[in-house]
Amino acid sequence: MSEFASAALLIQASYFVTAVLFIMGLKRMSSPVTARSGILWAGAGMLVATLVTFLYPGMTNYPLIIAAIVVGTALAWWSGKRVAMTNIPQMIALYNGMGGGAAAAIAAVELYRGAPASIAISALAVVGGIIGAVSFSGSAIAFAKLQGLIKGSLRFGGQKILTLIVLLAALTLGVLAAAHWNASPAVITGIFALALILGVSMTLPIGGADMPVVISLYNALTGLAVAFEGFVLNNAAMIIAGTVVGSAGTLLTQLMAKAMNRSLGNVLFSGFGDTGAAATGEVSGSLKPIDASDAGVMLAFAHKVIIVPGYGMAVAQAQHKIWELCQLLIERGVLVKFAIHPVAGRMPGHMNVLLAEAGVPYDLIADIDEINSEFENADVALIIGANDVVNPVARTDKSSPIYGMPILNADKAKNVIVIKRGKGAGFSGIENGLFYLDNTRMLYGDAQKVGAELIAAIKAVG
Amino acid sequence: MTGIIALYIFMLAAFTGYEVISRVPVILHTPLMSGSNFVHGIVLVGAMVALGEAHTTLEKVIGCIGVLLAAGNAVGGYVVTERMLQMFKASGARAKKDAPGAHG
Repeated sequence: MSEFASAALLIQASYFVTAVLFIMGLKRMSSPVTARSGILWAGAGMLVATLVTFLYPGMTNYPLIIAAIVVGTALAWWSGKRVAMTNIPQMIALYNGMGGGAAAAIAAVELYRGAPASIAISALAVVGGIIGAVSFSGSAIAFAKLQGLIKGSLRFGGQKILTLIVLLAALTLGVLAAAHWNASPAVITGIFALALILGVSMTLPIGGADMPVVISLYNALTGLAVAFEGFVLNNAAMIIAGTVVGSAGTLLTQLMAKAMNRSLGNVLFSGFGDTGAAATGEVSGSLKPIDASDAGVMLAFAHKVIIVPGYGMAVAQAQHKIWELCQLLIERGVLVKFAIHPVAGRMPGHMNVLLAEAGVPYDLIADIDEINSEFENADVALIIGANDVVNPVARTDKSSPIYGMPILNADKAKNVIVIKRGKGAGFSGIENGLFYLDNTRMLYGDAQKVGAELIAAIKAVG
Repeated sequence: MTGIIALYIFMLAAFTGYEVISRVPVILHTPLMSGSNFVHGIVLVGAMVALGEAHTTLEKVIGCIGVLLAAGNAVGGYVVTERMLQMFKASGARAKKDAPGAHG
């Protein structure tokens, strides 16, 4: 057996092991008991695959490969270790976009070299490249939005038509290249440029509240792009891992959309902006401010307080202060519970992780189905940095873009205190009817600072 | 790999992905998405091969970008998933009303 053949055999065998480790790792990650070991298994698979790839027959440019791996690894390791748990969703978007970009880069290298002889393989390269590029630029926009680098949602008339035209143009050039009619560098460049624009124009109009669904979708798309480029490179590990992520990611996207009571088509194609204008006019009444000392008294003499944490609390890193506040109330004999909306942390399950980090015991945390009937006999509902998930408009106003989304019935509580940084509308840009109710008081300020003031106020009550 | 075999692999892998995830609790959605994000970091091996076979300067530049991005995907995906799942274990311990300092 020649040296090349034995290296090839070793590579095939290792990729096989990698595929098995990936699938078993993901399986373990889907159960709470084994989740921790799941990522270790998958990580071992990745390590094996990466190392044997260095033995690939006919490879050159080793210094470049190693340099690029070192730089990419260092940047990702540094950013991944230091990112706060609150910012995990946008980091997932960022890393996912990088994967999409890598798939697009593979396609670009193969296509610039001259389209592959087989039309089917050429087509896979082109389609995978387009999907990867869309995932790359789309994820970058999702990252920028969640990170607050892009504020609001850019929408203008005819945007969907424009997006459709860009998509069709990219596909047309793609057909030209894949069918070998014209695979000139200009056409190839055009395909990728259009695909990058497509990702941007698809993602910009989507409201921030829908971002987790979008990130999950791009995650699935990157998987698919990786699988397609796997066909181009005849690489079984890429085909299997990419396809598994593509289908698992699609299912996960559906589960998330379901938790938000939104269909995927709804998220992508009839973005919040279309009906939002009608809804904003419906809210009447005024915002009634309260100061921390009055709010503290209200809490101290309540029998039952339900806390509704939202992303705003996590941003302010206030979960520790709020838990301190709760412990104080519990000592006074107040019944305290946390109400968690499925998308409270921007992503299903995210808020549970954040509260656990702060030390809140699980038996105080209730999900939407358990807690919703309890708001009626709660003296105070304390809303901390949550907005859309307690907006009663979702229940009543059919013209509202969030109509039909399951919400926490905080408005049914006897008193509502809303801790909020400023007077702006929610993440989705929709006015919140709850804030204007007669029994609602607004407590403006940074959640951490307000938390400290409330603690002082309650201690002053004695 | 012939076309039809490749198609079979694609089909079976798709069903596998669907089955593996089908009964996951909401609390694990975020870590699992992050974990699957890590898994498609396997694009790294493809990017390495693409760069390894690159000849022109353009191919090398794009190949380098590809490898860099792919390494970022794999390593970043691993680090954040691992951090989250570590925390998750700690919260499980606390649910049994252990002392708050018991996590590690």
